[in-house]
Amino acid sequence: MGVRILGISGSLRADSHNSRLLAAAARLLGADVEYVRFEGLKALPPFDEDDEEDPGQAVGQLRGEIAAADGLLFATPEYNSSIPGQLKNAVDWASRPFEGTVIRNKNAAVIGASTSMFGAVWAQAELRKVLSAAGARVIGRELAVSYAEEQFDADGRLVEPELQAVLEEIVGELVEQARMSAASRAGDRS
Amino acid sequence: MSQTATAVTPGTYTRDAIHSSVTFSVRHFGAGKFRGAFDDFDASLTASEAGSLELTGVVKVDSVQVKEPRLAGHLASPDFFDAERFPEMTFKSTSFNVADDNTLEVDGDLTLKGVTKNVHATGELTSVADDGHGNARVGVELSTTIDRTEYGVSFDGKLPGGEAIAANEVTLNVELELVKPLA
Repeated sequence: MGVRILGISGSLRADSHNSRLLAAAARLLGADVEYVRFEGLKALPPFDEDDEEDPGQAVGQLRGEIAAADGLLFATPEYNSSIPGQLKNAVDWASRPFEGTVIRNKNAAVIGASTSMFGAVWAQAELRKVLSAAGARVIGRELAVSYAEEQFDADGRLVEPELQAVLEEIVGELVEQARMSAASRAGDRS
Repeated sequence: MSQTATAVTPGTYTRDAIHSSVTFSVRHFGAGKFRGAFDDFDASLTASEAGSLELTGVVKVDSVQVKEPRLAGHLASPDFFDAERFPEMTFKSTSFNVADDNTLEVDGDLTLKGVTKNVHATGELTSVADDGHGNARVGVELSTTIDRTEYGVSFDGKLPGGEAIAANEVTLNVELELVKPLA
């Protein structure tokens, strides 16, 4: 069964290591997996409960793309031992209103890269926590790409076979979970 | 299945929805008790001609009711019950013993989030042979404590000081009023 994966990079920087990591992950998706990269992170306004009823086009796009996806793949940098504020803001918008949140039961995986020796491990743990609290089905794995500027070849592929193997496993697990959810929904409709 | 209660006549007793409840309690913030309930459940008690009793039950986990509605959504999510993939919690007794003083010792298979484990519950049996409205009634009260993490309900949120937001040990209580029409 074909599924759709939505990739979300937590970094807005044009030459972002995490956007590169996300692209490396997207290459591992099979031909029957539709991959969409979310491009609207910077356009999201700050979350304000007063705006929930009419949050505007940027939030509508975020919610629509999450709703249309069978799986979410996040790549996050680490800012001050946590996730970027705008990425948290995106999850907060997606999680509201709580009764009908598009993120509940949504399969999600988290990977991350940083230029330090730790590979954004704390940010990944934080993001898994936040996504779980929002109701997502979060894969309990991480990929810590440290010293990120040294980890990609000229084509944007991971040079370390061990990291590449973990990335393949995480992407494979996300797609497997996405297929289960898609099959379950198809069963519900039949 | 085993010892009979003499007052329970053979047949199948089904739950009286108004007078039955399935609830749980868990230590919260290391201090008070947090309680919740399930609105949608079914149960039946079968008394054989030979006198043995068997209790079965099924609970729809997305019917969880708590005082904070947003928490109900979180409880139904994969962080807790994962109602999408595991919509039901079930119980089927493997032994049901009634002592002379009507206290109960019940063993049974509890399935939650796709994991089945044998649990031991204690409680009390009560009964009335004729309720004056054409029914025999049996009351079954049972309580057991499970380690939710053994069933994959592994939420491990912590307070800033490191204490668990919700304890791993969860007490399940069923208070059933079961009815069988008189022949």
